[in-house]
Amino acid sequence: MSIWQQAYTWLNDPLNWTNPDGIIARTVEHLWISGAAVGLAIAVAWPIGIWLGHLGRGGATVVTVANLTRAVPTVALLTIFPLTAIGFGPEPIILALALFALPPLLANAYLGVREVDPDITDAARGMGLAGRQVLFRVELPLAVPYLAAGFRTAAVQVVATATLAAFVNGGGLGMIISRGFGLGLASGGGQVVAGALIVIVLCVALDGLLALFEYLLTPRNLRRTRRRPPTAADALPSTR
Amino acid sequence: MPPVVGWAASVAADDPRNPWFSWQYIRKNIDSLTTALEQHIALTVCAVALAAAIGIPLAVLAYKFRGVAGPVLGITGVFYTIPSLALFALLGPVLGLSFRSVLIGLVLYALLIVTRNALTGLRQVPAEIREAAQGMGYGPVGLLWRVELPLALPGILTGIRLATVSTVALVTVGTLVGFGGFGNIILTGFNSNFYKPMISTGTIGCIALALIFDLLLLVAGRLVMPWTRRRAA
Repeated sequence: MSIWQQAYTWLNDPLNWTNPDGIIARTVEHLWISGAAVGLAIAVAWPIGIWLGHLGRGGATVVTVANLTRAVPTVALLTIFPLTAIGFGPEPIILALALFALPPLLANAYLGVREVDPDITDAARGMGLAGRQVLFRVELPLAVPYLAAGFRTAAVQVVATATLAAFVNGGGLGMIISRGFGLGLASGGGQVVAGALIVIVLCVALDGLLALFEYLLTPRNLRRTRRRPPTAADALPSTR
Repeated sequence: MPPVVGWAASVAADDPRNPWFSWQYIRKNIDSLTTALEQHIALTVCAVALAAAIGIPLAVLAYKFRGVAGPVLGITGVFYTIPSLALFALLGPVLGLSFRSVLIGLVLYALLIVTRNALTGLRQVPAEIREAAQGMGYGPVGLLWRVELPLALPGILTGIRLATVSTVALVTVGTLVGFGGFGNIILTGFNSNFYKPMISTGTIGCIALALIFDLLLLVAGRLVMPWTRRRAA
């Protein structure tokens, strides 16, 4: 029986879906951990990024921080955090995932506010809007497409990275893969491949869904102009 | 795998038997650390070299033929969306638990970074320069080799640097199929009763390797493109 047939057989067993550590339970766990991490990262990154963008300062710092996090392996933080004062449990995993979600959220929030046409903010000031009003009534609404793009990048990255939690027995869909490896490839190979396929489908589907969300949030007039040439250096999420 | 039996390591923060850093551990395990370092370097260098060998021609194709750009970026983008653990879990059972499985995964990830940056670099070549070169009699091949590619080099090099730093971090996940360089050290430490010296040494090794590679590529870039150095001064 080929490895693909084994994976198909494994996926076809309803018990593998409904078990207490089956696909459904693991997916819920996976999305719960990811959601908490993204929420935490947003709570930190958006206020800072928007404020820095409003002031028009700190761009170099944002890029440097984003590039430095590329060099830190996720596996390292996932293994180090449980051994510190944070302790074992979901907290160290959520914290590690949130840290890697910061750069795209921060960079996009900063860019979104920064890239607002200075003519528009000047006009708003000329109409008598105070600095805070300019931020909330002019800059923030215009930054929404960027914020949505940052959210998509961060969310997809976190959901992808959350599979690595299985390395430290931290739950999520990665556990299906690691349990399969634990059984040995001869008998668990099908489970490994099935787990991998589930994770891939989840990530690609989420990316597509959020792309649609991003498109809908972008005002019609901005949709065409946002097709800039790809600016790879800052926009790319770090690999996971 | 280094010997892990007999370590009475504990999680307690102040346990003297399980410090966050230990020269003694490094001295005693220099062989396994060297093996991990060699594996990490071999995987990174091979992956980035292959990604450059495939990605730069792809970028040229996408640049020359408008219709190719969409599919090329789309397909490499889908690879990039796939989580590394899932990709290695897919390649491992199909291609065997081998160096090759990890290498293929790493190349797929580095490919998008290299291709996108090279394409950005090529597209930033000013139209006037291209027209001037054509006016001077450059054919399409000469234009590419002598004008467009040299002018796109900074973008290409940025892509290679980003891909290298990302790849060094990503190699650690390869430990899933047994080829993870310093990732093997980190996870063996975690699974050996949370032996902290292994975890920290592996982590420091990874980060140091990424920074050294980045610095080397930066210097190489300065040497290859003396004109950017003059402009920066």
